[in-house]
Amino acid sequence: MTLNIKFDYNFICKAVLQEQLDNLGLEYTLQSLGEIKFKNKLTHAQRDQLCQAFGKYGIEILDNPQNVLVQRIKEAITELVNDSDKARKYNVSTYLSNTLNYSYPHLSSIFSEVTHSSIENFIILKKIDAVKHLIMDKNLTLTEIAHRLNYSSVAHLSAQFKKTTGLTPSSFQRIIKKRKEKGITP
Amino acid sequence: MALSIMNIALADDDADDRMLFEEAIGEIEIKTKLSLFSDGKQLMDYLTQPQAILPELIFLDLNMPIKNGMQCLREIRQNESLLHLCVAIYSTSSSEQDIEETFVHGANIYINKPNSFGALKKAVEKALRLNWQYHTSALNRDNFILRL
Repeated sequence: MTLNIKFDYNFICKAVLQEQLDNLGLEYTLQSLGEIKFKNKLTHAQRDQLCQAFGKYGIEILDNPQNVLVQRIKEAITELVNDSDKARKYNVSTYLSNTLNYSYPHLSSIFSEVTHSSIENFIILKKIDAVKHLIMDKNLTLTEIAHRLNYSSVAHLSAQFKKTTGLTPSSFQRIIKKRKEKGITP
Repeated sequence: MALSIMNIALADDDADDRMLFEEAIGEIEIKTKLSLFSDGKQLMDYLTQPQAILPELIFLDLNMPIKNGMQCLREIRQNESLLHLCVAIYSTSSSEQDIEETFVHGANIYINKPNSFGALKKAVEKALRLNWQYHTSALNRDNFILRL
């Protein structure tokens, strides 16, 4: 028997953060998912403990302000891609500069410097990731997916999928299905 | 999360191919530390040492003596501690059947060995960049498949 499950990533992350922080007995407030404010300055030992506790869950403490900004850019893009109403209303550059209070050229150059990839590329990657999810887990048709993710046409969606992954949506679907049948999870 | 050094492994029995690959990866902007293996057994022996520093990305030739790439791929995907490694198949075969077979068995990337140095550099660079994004962003790694 198979059960389908859906994750609320924000919820999970928040729960993990709170659990770990409470364990260490620190006083804190969660500003947003990417920012924790502590009442008192952390000692080196506390910071190391936290690093270790977070590390188990693949959570990293960022220290470079550029990295923090890149993380916020990624979060904003994720939100935009997942919210089709918002995506229809704003174009990416205005949305990012409004939410993050920096000019788009500034954001764009920091992003490229840190990740060796452009914001535009990241958006495409994020959208294709959403397409994969919708194909596999929701069984939506390409027409429905194209509409949901604001592609101008199915042809445009297929072309971008092929260009990004090297595969057509149907061969991708076939491969993942076969993997599931064999119980292989990379 | 800043691009620090990325650990890469390559298993290929052809010494010239190894040399070219090393040269190509050296010319890429991304900083890497490359470990070379001349057959699949060497690679697997290394990966299964208890203290091994696991690479972020493994390039596997398909046709190798002693242990071929497909056997390595299967062993990696069946090993609890190696299961999550990113594997790129790096082969001269361009048969659709071979390609699909490797993906089904859990390969993340398939690269047809390019016949020019420029194309090789470009393919390796693209693989590294994308792999990097999957490591640092909330992208679903179960669905990471790329054919170059």
